[in-house]
Amino acid sequence: MAGLTARLKSWEGILLVLFLITFFGNIWLAPEFLTLQNQINLFQLSIEKIIVALVMTLIIINAEIDLSVASVMGLSACAFGYMTTNGWSAAGAMVICLGIGLVAGTLNAFLIARAKIPSLVVTLAMLIMFRGFARVLVKDQSMGNFPEWVTHLGQNALIGPFPLSLILFAVALVGLGILLHRTGFGRQIVVIGTNAEVARFSGIDVARVKTVLYLMSGFVSALAGLLYAARLGSVRGDAATGFELDIITMVLLGGVSIFGGKGSMTGVLLSILIILNLRNGMALTNITGHIQTGVIGILLIASVLIPNLAADFRNRRAKA
Amino acid sequence: MRIHPQTLRLIALGLALLATVLFFSTQIDSYLSPRMFTRITTSAAVILPVAVGQALVVMTRNIDLSIGSTVGVVAYLTGQFLGLHGDLNPVLVAGLAMGIGGAMGAVNGVLVAWGRVPSIIVTLGTLALFRSFLVQYSDAKTITTASLPQWLVDLPQANAFSIFGLDVRVTVVLAMCSAIAMGLALTRLRAARRFYAVGSNPDAAVMAGINSAKVVFVAFVLSGVLAGLAGFLFLAKFGNITVVAGLGFELKAVAAVVVGGVSIIGGSGSMIGVVIGTVLVDTIDNSLTRWELVSEFWRDALLGMLIMAAVTVDTVMSRQLGRIGLKTGPLKAGPL
Repeated sequence: MAGLTARLKSWEGILLVLFLITFFGNIWLAPEFLTLQNQINLFQLSIEKIIVALVMTLIIINAEIDLSVASVMGLSACAFGYMTTNGWSAAGAMVICLGIGLVAGTLNAFLIARAKIPSLVVTLAMLIMFRGFARVLVKDQSMGNFPEWVTHLGQNALIGPFPLSLILFAVALVGLGILLHRTGFGRQIVVIGTNAEVARFSGIDVARVKTVLYLMSGFVSALAGLLYAARLGSVRGDAATGFELDIITMVLLGGVSIFGGKGSMTGVLLSILIILNLRNGMALTNITGHIQTGVIGILLIASVLIPNLAADFRNRRAKA
Repeated sequence: MRIHPQTLRLIALGLALLATVLFFSTQIDSYLSPRMFTRITTSAAVILPVAVGQALVVMTRNIDLSIGSTVGVVAYLTGQFLGLHGDLNPVLVAGLAMGIGGAMGAVNGVLVAWGRVPSIIVTLGTLALFRSFLVQYSDAKTITTASLPQWLVDLPQANAFSIFGLDVRVTVVLAMCSAIAMGLALTRLRAARRFYAVGSNPDAAVMAGINSAKVVFVAFVLSGVLAGLAGFLFLAKFGNITVVAGLGFELKAVAAVVVGGVSIIGGSGSMIGVVIGTVLVDTIDNSLTRWELVSEFWRDALLGMLIMAAVTVDTVMSRQLGRIGLKTGPLKAGPL
């Protein structure tokens, strides 16, 4: 157990160093980087992804995955655009979009927790299907013209200098952090992720825990989709496409084991900060969006590969 | 006479394809025509090699999401190379395409087999990586038909043979060759049976002396090689290659494989199923674009539902079979 804690600590230590490097790198590249408004903008540019990453953390610690999050975001955003364009009230449309998220989560939960089909396949099929529904709704158009209060809520500060989405992120971070690390439900998530069989034999309702997690994921993804629509002011059929790459990278770089059972919110927060600063730094040095995506891809693989290689190295040294 | 469940699965799949064709023939004018046959077969021919490679990877309990990007990179690089050296022997060109694909597959293979990084993570990463390489490398330049040698431009229209007035194109024959060769290997070759062994029970495979890391590596390399072949066929079919070439192929391939009855938990599946699955997915895709009643934007939604339905039916069915198996003794494991 001590070894495990030490390892987690050391991973978080590495993350802290990486974060400081990217952070001071940004200050060095652009001295005006350190203003509060810039820091808020930094979060705002990827706010939808980092909110979803928090729930994804719980799902991956539970040894499952949800590849459908970006499509649920896209579907929610497109449904919102479709309804407001067709004369619905924006508030009513929002409620329906959140409902869509819950339905999506229920569908995933039923197939994964009850029908016991691997989450990889279920959520991959849902990735295709929900994106398809989003396309059906908006076709090849761009739908905007939201009421002013919607875009205001999506783009402007709500309390002090902080916009709504950033406040939601902070609340979700603290709330889910407490849920994971301080409650019985959180322990159940970890135990199931470590060994689902053992969890079942010790009387944990595995299906119930998984159901709750996928419902949360659907709901939060739909909420993130709404925030995305409100921030950009219009939606297209490809809204949020490919976001799952960034989201899963944030979680795994944060030291969450892809095999389940291990990970902390602190690690994920550090990795979110690293990726935000890294993207900002790359933008400052005129590295285009496509290379940025490639770098994220490398980061994703490295965040699993390096701990594996380190474990091999330790094992070999222990044997010698 | 007892019918093997796998055979039953194939018959059901064949009937589903037949029903789909009959349904669309009542909806779309002049659907059952030689032209439509050519349209669907040549379009399915580009997907088929990718699906065959994906099937091998899925059999070993892995997944390859990077192939869409591999197809794009191979089509672009091969097209560019042909623009400079148009006199290259056609066989060598196909070999070059497959070599590039194989090298990209090897990257995935090394990381999964020896780096022990789950395939979903590796290939999600390389999906992004290969595509961003293509965007960067191409510098927004398009490969155009004009820069390609005449034989390649003519290849998609070239007929291999005609049967009952239906034209079978050379590209279709090439794609079918990859499926038939792999199908024969999987049923006849001892080395190819290892894909099943590793997928159905990795621990037992190791105890039986199989180097499962090597088997997984080979599966990914072959997936890359076949994606390379698909890239070559893609280049021939479309001629104009942009940075979005092959985008989303991985999803179609996964759909074809899963609908074709390759078990997502590894260890079983047949090439006949993969071929029928590919044709079914592509028939639906091609027919929806011509169906006036429903917008073509339904394609993806239907594709997702189709995968989900196939997986659910398979899971429920295999559980039922498992129960029968307990009562009547172990079922003979014998995928076609």
